[in-house]
Amino acid sequence: MSGETGPGDREKPGSEKMAEERSGKEEAQAGMPVLPPASPAPPESPKPKPAEEAPAALPAQATRYYVRFSLGQRYLHAALFSAFIGLALTGLPLRFSQSAWAERFASIVGGFSAILFFHKCCAVVLTVTFLIHVGSIFRRGVLRRERGIFWGPKSLVPNPKDLADLYHHIRWFLWLGPRPKFGRFSYWEKFDYWAVFWGMAIIGLSGYTMWFAPFFSKLLPGRWLNIALVLHGEEALLAVWFIFVVHFFNSHLRPESFPMDLVIFTGKESEEEFRKKRPEEYERLVKEGKLDLTEVAPPLWLKNFGRIVGSLVLLIGFVLLVLTMYAFVRG
Amino acid sequence: MTWVLLAALWLGLGGTAAQNGSSAGNATCLACHGQAGATSPSGQSVYVDPSHFADSVHASLPCTACHGSIAGYPHPAKMEAVNCGTCHGAEAGDIAASVHAKINAAQAGPAGRAPSPLDMVPCLGCHGDPHAIVPVANAGSPVYPLNIPRTCGACHGNPALAKKYGFPDVYAMYMDSIHGFALTKDGLLVAASCSSCHGTHKILSHTDPQSRTYRANIPNTCGGCHAGPLAQYLAGIHGRQKEAGNALAPVCTSCHTAHQVVQVARASWQKQTSATCGSCHQNRYATYLDTFHAQVSAIGYVEAAHCWNCHGNHDILPPSDPKSSVNPANLLHTCQQCHPDANASFIRYQPHADPHNRLAYPHLWFTKQLMNLLLIAVLGFFFLHTILWFLRSMFDRLGRAARGEGKP
Repeated sequence: MSGETGPGDREKPGSEKMAEERSGKEEAQAGMPVLPPASPAPPESPKPKPAEEAPAALPAQATRYYVRFSLGQRYLHAALFSAFIGLALTGLPLRFSQSAWAERFASIVGGFSAILFFHKCCAVVLTVTFLIHVGSIFRRGVLRRERGIFWGPKSLVPNPKDLADLYHHIRWFLWLGPRPKFGRFSYWEKFDYWAVFWGMAIIGLSGYTMWFAPFFSKLLPGRWLNIALVLHGEEALLAVWFIFVVHFFNSHLRPESFPMDLVIFTGKESEEEFRKKRPEEYERLVKEGKLDLTEVAPPLWLKNFGRIVGSLVLLIGFVLLVLTMYAFVRG
Repeated sequence: MTWVLLAALWLGLGGTAAQNGSSAGNATCLACHGQAGATSPSGQSVYVDPSHFADSVHASLPCTACHGSIAGYPHPAKMEAVNCGTCHGAEAGDIAASVHAKINAAQAGPAGRAPSPLDMVPCLGCHGDPHAIVPVANAGSPVYPLNIPRTCGACHGNPALAKKYGFPDVYAMYMDSIHGFALTKDGLLVAASCSSCHGTHKILSHTDPQSRTYRANIPNTCGGCHAGPLAQYLAGIHGRQKEAGNALAPVCTSCHTAHQVVQVARASWQKQTSATCGSCHQNRYATYLDTFHAQVSAIGYVEAAHCWNCHGNHDILPPSDPKSSVNPANLLHTCQQCHPDANASFIRYQPHADPHNRLAYPHLWFTKQLMNLLLIAVLGFFFLHTILWFLRSMFDRLGRAARGEGKP
């Protein structure tokens, strides 16, 4: 359950993928020598690059980046949110079929048959994404017995510190104490992760039950088809509202990250941002001498790509949120 | 126009003797009246087109058969109104008993004028020029089946008249209906025109138990053409209930409407059938709306099951009836119409399950409660979490900005 590295990726910042990404795409840094994989010790690079925001007292220093997500993880997230948006767009008109916009939207897209087709396509994409992830976890955690997958500071499995963090975070909200130091995955990120995990299991199973109803009805009593629709619709509503409100705010729209956190697109965040957002993880890596930083900035095209796609998804999410909330309130 | 002409005759024109008793004498009348532009002293047209009259059903009759008070020229000062009822007694009686008679009597109203015999016999409103009346089978007749909607529509398609007399503007509805299309667009003589349902001379208000359009009489009226559906209807629960005197039992028009009957193969019709059933079967409709069938139907997939796909239409029977399509013994076959792979367990799906009914559907009730709880708990907690976080972060940032510390 570690998001530290993606499927098939070891902890190798500056690996082939990074080099590949770097080559030829970095107009801003064209002509600079390609750095060797960063060494554990933070390199004191004497590069004469003006540091715009650094206090004048400090020696000028290039912004360094921490690689938070591997290429594989970013692809996985992209597949996940693309399929999720697709499923939401084609599923919510059914959930709120009595709304005027539902039929209009359906007819624009090509009618119910098209909607169902897209919905099933996205469902298959999401299922494959899910299986790739679970397979990767299984391979790394069980077959290779990689450490830290199922427990510890790198793991997505909740631990007592998460409860403590939640408690202290709320105290901070209320001016009752200092902000807790978050690790690699904060409690709300773990909740995001497990909510999706749980949601996919519930929505996926109920969805496939309805898709192959005659088959599943041989295994389950027919009345489970009634239950499947209720589960599917309600859990989907929960997922949509949770993602479009809570996840969007926590990960992108909150003032610290506004308008969006591009790290899920570029994979990198600046050392300063990393240190501020995840002090515990930063300190741990420094202490263990494992803080690998690179001076290679994320390419501009990738950042712009992230901004465009991210804005589009935020917009779709916001529209769906308003439509569904309106339909829900109107009953 | 015809009214004016008759009125002119009735007011009286001076006259000499006319020939009595033979159509040959008509030539004498037509010597004057056949002149195009012939007018009375008061300036009203008294022209009779000789060729039209020769082609009319009344061509063999002498003019005086109708205009009996005229014996010669100059015509008497006071002439009697023409009374079609002299010959067409049965029809005149029917008209006198019909809604049209009552409307005309009412029209005579409070001005103090005694109801005119003309008011009572509005024959010409439908039959047109009295001197050019042709047989009903003649395509030129205003009451030829294909012409009837236009003839009735002269008044019933007139919004001002509709408003004045309080009748619905049914003409446009009819013209857009399957009956109107078949008659006026396809020219089908068998298609229902106004008179097919309302009758001709003895048109009665739908509130009159004698009326062909009185609620209880409607199945027989429609069944005059739609004999098959009538037989099915009478065998089904709706027909049985209606025959037993249940005033709530639907008749043909309850589902099909009276004037806006559309082709049942149309998607627009099929889509709203369930809501039509739901106007009586409210609870069943509400639970239907919760199902996948209703959801996909609502967004335009009309092939999805509507009420009638499972329950039938004219011959709906209660589930307890062994012949009912939703009798447990027949359910598998019914579901297999759309779900060919349906099996014994599949058909235990509950197409009208109510998640609010804990006693009847505990499994669904429990699921719904659980999901509601989950939604409220998760969203409630995290929405609050989000709001608090936002406020705290904004406060910090604004504070820093105020202190001139720049971007955190």
